[in-house]
Amino acid sequence: MTSLVIAEHDNASIKGATLNTVTAALQCGGEVHVLVAGSNAGAAAAAAAQIAGVAKVLHADGDALAHGLAENVTAQVLAVASSYSHILFAATATGKNVAPRVAAKLDVGQISDITKVDSPDTFERPIYAGNAIATVQSGDATKVVTVRTTNFDPAAATGGSAAVESVAAVAASAQSAYVGSEIAKNDRPELTAAKIIVSGGRALGSAEKFNEVLTPLADKLGAAIGASRAAVDAGYAANDLQVGQTGKIVAPQLYIAAGISGAIQHLAGMKDSKVIVAINKDPEAPIFSVADYGLEADLFTAVPELIAAL
Amino acid sequence: MKVLVSVKRVVDYNVKVRVKSDGTGVDIANVKMSMNPFDEIAVEEAVRLKEKGVVTEVIAVSCGPTQCQETLRTAMAIGADRAILVETNEELQPLAVAKLLKALVDKEQPGLVILGKQAIDDDCNQTGQMLAALADLPQGTFASKVEIVDGKASITREIDGGAETLSLSLPAVVTTDLRLNEPRYVTLPNIMKAKKKPLETVTPDALGVNVAPRIKTLKVTEPAKRSAGIKVPDVATLVAKLKTEAKVI
Repeated sequence: MTSLVIAEHDNASIKGATLNTVTAALQCGGEVHVLVAGSNAGAAAAAAAQIAGVAKVLHADGDALAHGLAENVTAQVLAVASSYSHILFAATATGKNVAPRVAAKLDVGQISDITKVDSPDTFERPIYAGNAIATVQSGDATKVVTVRTTNFDPAAATGGSAAVESVAAVAASAQSAYVGSEIAKNDRPELTAAKIIVSGGRALGSAEKFNEVLTPLADKLGAAIGASRAAVDAGYAANDLQVGQTGKIVAPQLYIAAGISGAIQHLAGMKDSKVIVAINKDPEAPIFSVADYGLEADLFTAVPELIAAL
Repeated sequence: MKVLVSVKRVVDYNVKVRVKSDGTGVDIANVKMSMNPFDEIAVEEAVRLKEKGVVTEVIAVSCGPTQCQETLRTAMAIGADRAILVETNEELQPLAVAKLLKALVDKEQPGLVILGKQAIDDDCNQTGQMLAALADLPQGTFASKVEIVDGKASITREIDGGAETLSLSLPAVVTTDLRLNEPRYVTLPNIMKAKKKPLETVTPDALGVNVAPRIKTLKVTEPAKRSAGIKVPDVATLVAKLKTEAKVI
């Protein structure tokens, strides 16, 4: 029994979510190998070899793998899949894009967003926006899973000394081509890895106010900025800031929810945070039912006061 | 060019489901059911493509029990031209649905298949990608923009940190994200019109698909409850608590 973790990386380094996925893979039992599929990704492969607990790194390098296109990455995973009992991806935009494609090609079911490994074939996963936890058992020969990273501690990034083995890169699919990307540049910590998150809801009222009120608080705390679906829907915040059932799942040390009512879909994305602070002027807001510290106040006065007091 | 859109009947997003006391699942008897929100976005996008003249016919598909006819009528009220129900009372997992849709893709030969990225009941986020794999088609998941230009689909996708654009050959599979569009409200005249549109029913057997589940649900339990903490009277108390009690700042 051997598990294969599909690394998330930028060719130069390994992304944090990979470390949590390695931990889940180790809990499945047996050896853990990591596949680094990229273009000029030698540095990322070397970094993967350092991860504690990893026995072997497979490094596939080619132009087809430069942009992580699902068609090509799937072909690369399939090229090595037959040796593995488990194939694990982080449950990120990247992992969710590829894992089901791999599973279908192998004619196996896929298990999404596992929060716990009960045994090599049995896993726990949230359903209905986290309002229920299902314990599921796979009857398939290969288990293809995506891992909810907030539920597994990261493996140590150093201390390992796995061998790196080169594998032949697949040819590019003619069906799909990368055109370009727009990545928002900022110095903030990544939402899913941040220790502190400052999150805003519809009560902010506009994109200008959203930035004007929350940015100084996030700066002061070195925090990432998040948003409720209502705020994203209203155009106050970018889609990739959305915390909730269909957005990012986060579990920081401190989550400050400002002007967020606390719909179940939002709570699904943040209720595993260590400490939750809610600032809302509606005393009946459901967010108070999960908040460790609730402040019933107008956020437009409370947030500036908070910045001043920190 | 035809577009195939798949729609799922799910527990309405406003309903807070309860876990059954025997741990076999969640109680969905007598709760409000609706079209999965991301599927509504998918139907809306297909109809807009038709309104732009890019698409000639929009076919809505649903897999599940008889009641899915209501969901299909809603899709036709938004503007789908006809509907296909793959009727079964079996539990359908994403791989099985993808196989059913693949059979319909073979039959209908659409130029584009649009699905919601995720159903809000099982939260799987798999079916579109699986269909693309089985039909050997390119995929554009989590789309925030769909354009058909020169016989190709230009898909802008939501990714971590921003967006990326892909160019896909047709036919292609697209799954929708939140910002792709805002679905229209269905009007009464359109609801009436939808009742007269054709709705065909087929079975998984007729499509030659074995829908037996691959993943067995052993039990369903309540998540650990998070209890409410305290209300603080002012910002100064909040900061003091965060520093000395919670020790998180």
